[in-house]
Amino acid sequence: MVKVYINDKEVDVKEGTSILEAARQAGEFIPHLCYHPDLEPRGSCGICIVEIDGVPGYKRSCMEPVKEGMRVKTNTKRLREIRKQILQLLLSDHDVECATCVANGKCELQRLCNLMGVDPYEVPKILNYKELDDTSIAIIRDPNKCIMCGRCVQVCNEMQTVSAITFSRRGHEMYVETFYGMGLGNSVCVNCGQCAVYCPTGAIYEVSEVDAVWDAIFDPDKHVVVQEAPAIRATLGEEFGMEPGEVTTGKMYAALRRLGFDAVFDTNFAADLTIMEEGTEFVEKFKKEGENALLITSCSPGWIKFMETFFPGLGKYVSSAKSPQQMFGAVAKTYYAREAGIDPAKIVTVSVMPCTAKKYEARRPEMRASGYQDVDYVLTTRELARMIKEAGIDFKNLPEEKADDLMGIYTGAGTIFGATGGVMEAAIRSAYYFITGKDLENLDITAVRGMEGVKEAELEINGAKIKVAVAHGLGNARKLLEKVWKQLEETGKTEYNFIEIMACPGGCVGGGGQPFGSDFATRARRGEALYKEDKSLPYRASHHNPAIKRLYEKFLGKPGSELAHKLLHTHYYKRDRVTGKVL
Amino acid sequence: MELIGYREEGKRVLLANVGKYSPTSIDNYVANGGFEALKKVLKEMSPTDLINTVKESGLRGRGGAGFPTGLKWELTAKEDSDVKYVIANADEGEFGTFKDRMIMEGDPYLLIEGMVLAGYAVGATEGYIYLRAEYPHLWHVLGEALEKARERGYLGKKIQGSDFSFDIKLFRGAGAYVCGEETALLESLEGKRGHPRRKPPYPAQHGLWGKPTVVNNVETLSYVPLIIKNGIEWFRSMGTEKSPGTKIFTVIGRVKHPGGYEVEMGTPLSTLLFDYACADRNEFKGALVGGAAGVVVDESFLDVKLDFESLEERGALLGSGAILVFNKDDCVVDILHSVLQFFKHESCGKCAPCRLGTQALFEIIEEIRYGEATGEDIDKMVEIAETMKDAAYCPLGQFVVLPVKSAIERFRGEIERHLDPQFACKKCWR
Repeated sequence: MVKVYINDKEVDVKEGTSILEAARQAGEFIPHLCYHPDLEPRGSCGICIVEIDGVPGYKRSCMEPVKEGMRVKTNTKRLREIRKQILQLLLSDHDVECATCVANGKCELQRLCNLMGVDPYEVPKILNYKELDDTSIAIIRDPNKCIMCGRCVQVCNEMQTVSAITFSRRGHEMYVETFYGMGLGNSVCVNCGQCAVYCPTGAIYEVSEVDAVWDAIFDPDKHVVVQEAPAIRATLGEEFGMEPGEVTTGKMYAALRRLGFDAVFDTNFAADLTIMEEGTEFVEKFKKEGENALLITSCSPGWIKFMETFFPGLGKYVSSAKSPQQMFGAVAKTYYAREAGIDPAKIVTVSVMPCTAKKYEARRPEMRASGYQDVDYVLTTRELARMIKEAGIDFKNLPEEKADDLMGIYTGAGTIFGATGGVMEAAIRSAYYFITGKDLENLDITAVRGMEGVKEAELEINGAKIKVAVAHGLGNARKLLEKVWKQLEETGKTEYNFIEIMACPGGCVGGGGQPFGSDFATRARRGEALYKEDKSLPYRASHHNPAIKRLYEKFLGKPGSELAHKLLHTHYYKRDRVTGKVL
Repeated sequence: MELIGYREEGKRVLLANVGKYSPTSIDNYVANGGFEALKKVLKEMSPTDLINTVKESGLRGRGGAGFPTGLKWELTAKEDSDVKYVIANADEGEFGTFKDRMIMEGDPYLLIEGMVLAGYAVGATEGYIYLRAEYPHLWHVLGEALEKARERGYLGKKIQGSDFSFDIKLFRGAGAYVCGEETALLESLEGKRGHPRRKPPYPAQHGLWGKPTVVNNVETLSYVPLIIKNGIEWFRSMGTEKSPGTKIFTVIGRVKHPGGYEVEMGTPLSTLLFDYACADRNEFKGALVGGAAGVVVDESFLDVKLDFESLEERGALLGSGAILVFNKDDCVVDILHSVLQFFKHESCGKCAPCRLGTQALFEIIEEIRYGEATGEDIDKMVEIAETMKDAAYCPLGQFVVLPVKSAIERFRGEIERHLDPQFACKKCWR
């Protein structure tokens, strides 16, 4: 431990701690902009500078480690001047369109400028307008809002190891660019959207489908059906000033009804359906191949494109089951249409997802099992929040409501899909039942929970050992899969039998469509909330879901049936490593 | 034969043999006492002896900062690692500077010998010459010299029959001024963008590919064989107490004889400019001393002695040793415009203060140049430059304040004249 004095406040911190972190622990605020607790400090903005007694000049507190007895001043006349000047310079190079910016109110640059009373016209405008990158189905990049903090590049290259974007040119001409400037839509980008979540300003955001959804709602000919992903209920409240991890399921249904959706269902129902199909697939594989069996989950569309691009050889081990979103869409336009007596051509399915990659998934050409595009529109958590705000709904004080029965009943297994390890845990709960005919005594499989990058566990079912692994964040996934691929190449088998991969750190609670400005700590809290809801539910394993049972009885037959295969299963492609296009 | 840019005035030590023989002729180099220092060191001296000799000589880095070379070597030698690197910083990007080029063009073996000695001192086995992209002809000169040195056993495995092995590779930069900054140079050598690294850890601990690394300027390394050969007393007999030796200055601009001058440290600026380079005293207005990141001076500065301490006392820097002379016909706004255009172009873009500061300064000087600015804008320039000094990530941005502030301090009247839209200035095209 090292003793340091921040503004004469004594604090003991671990050796190697940065001054910024030490100040946080001492309860002292140092303004900062490019720094993010989840990422290596890059020191690009220079706003977090401090004065250190006995050291000439000014040091970046995000990068400077503490030393015993160090005395640090975080707010002096000169520091204020420098910070204001840097903010002025940043604003002079920024498209100050706060009124219409998606990050308004959440923008870290805006917040600092507000706090420090910065005049945007002090420095001559030096912004060179550049064109928006709107080549992607899912994500828009606005270089005019970029402050070159480098977070997105760090996230894409180091955390996700996708490397779709990097810096190009130098000096004032420097900007974040895709390969040969072909745009995100023509790059290896997997649409995970982590860049958007980490962006301190509104320079990266989802392609909005809010207008299209409003149009559908207002169209009297259309029957608009909505589904919400498991992770939405743990994060939507944050957009309305609630604490991270406050579960708002009932309010969410109520809000959706008030927005005018004709039927409010739940993706959790489809998550249960996914488990029925994927669990059955695993059990069949396991019965056939024993310890050589390997199945990898397929519900994260970012991961699927990543696999198609970087690990196409693993495609045959990836479950053919569609993601819950797509299962829901296919079932809504067939089963629900039949049950409710509505022409499927008039049904519009909207999904609310924590994810930008889902926008891409919904538009994959193979996702038309019902004869129509299964999922018509995908909204992110942020977009739904904007719609609720636009409609003037007092979200915090809404009465709790229930989802519609037919496709709205779900189990705890469906809920925990939203957190890393959740799909694995849900699958094990049902797979155990499928193999043994009995339910697990303890449904909590805590070994696969939590924020550790790669989690492993060994389970015993009927005397057979099953080794499972869970990775979240594509960088962690790459590490795990490189090991798996090496084993497969050398021996033809791997030590693992079942692997869950989520593209985003923390799973869907940390998705690219979630509220701006989260970090690992927030994501952990959101995940815990889902496990809490799981505990509180009457059914906690997918095979007990009465709505699912009814669906199989009335429509699909049994898991893995021919109709189930037609509607609920898919196939994968091999993709180019430069353009991301199907080969 | 007349050599362009080659001047006999001053005291020629490093440049003693430049122009005397074919640069790639190793026989001539050896005949003139070349590689004697290397042979002596390998026979008689331990690495520690060598480091102590360099330390006692008081040799300071010629790249601009003036860090004691012996100390730098000692820090790297102390590190425990089986792989270490010696890097010659030949990314001479400061405008008006061509001192390293003169050495490499005229006496490349001097640099090679110096690098081998540095390698011996710190325990390195590999060296790189990071050559400026704009010196393509030197690629061939150095390549040939390295090849010949290798053939004769001055490079490679078991040099001159000793147990010491050391080899040098050539690496061509991609044309970025910032890569003269040692950590940006290392990034570039590793094949990444030339962005400066976080310090600490310093290259002495964590350098090229994470290994302990010495990065020295070409002029510094080239001096080492001479010090070993001629002794510490000889070296200290030149220059001043704290800045011993000679230094190459490159004088350009309004002088009769532009070129590289090797003079003893402590030589007055006026001697260099008027006696050697033959600038016109009656027309002299000022000079930019130390390269782009240097200081704009006027006549009052002419008596200053050219060594690290004296310049620092007067708020200037020795820098790369480039001196741009301008006379009464020249316009300070025009000069500052060039300097700021250079920085705006060369800023790497990593940190906001430098990326945006250089651009904002350039926009303001443009406004001044075309008579669209106000007096407040001149103060704004100083403010922005000061912010860059305090908050920029690396020396590139931190030193922009020197030319900006000194020019405004010493020639404010002239700059203010440009605020009047009616004022006609030929140099500013108005």
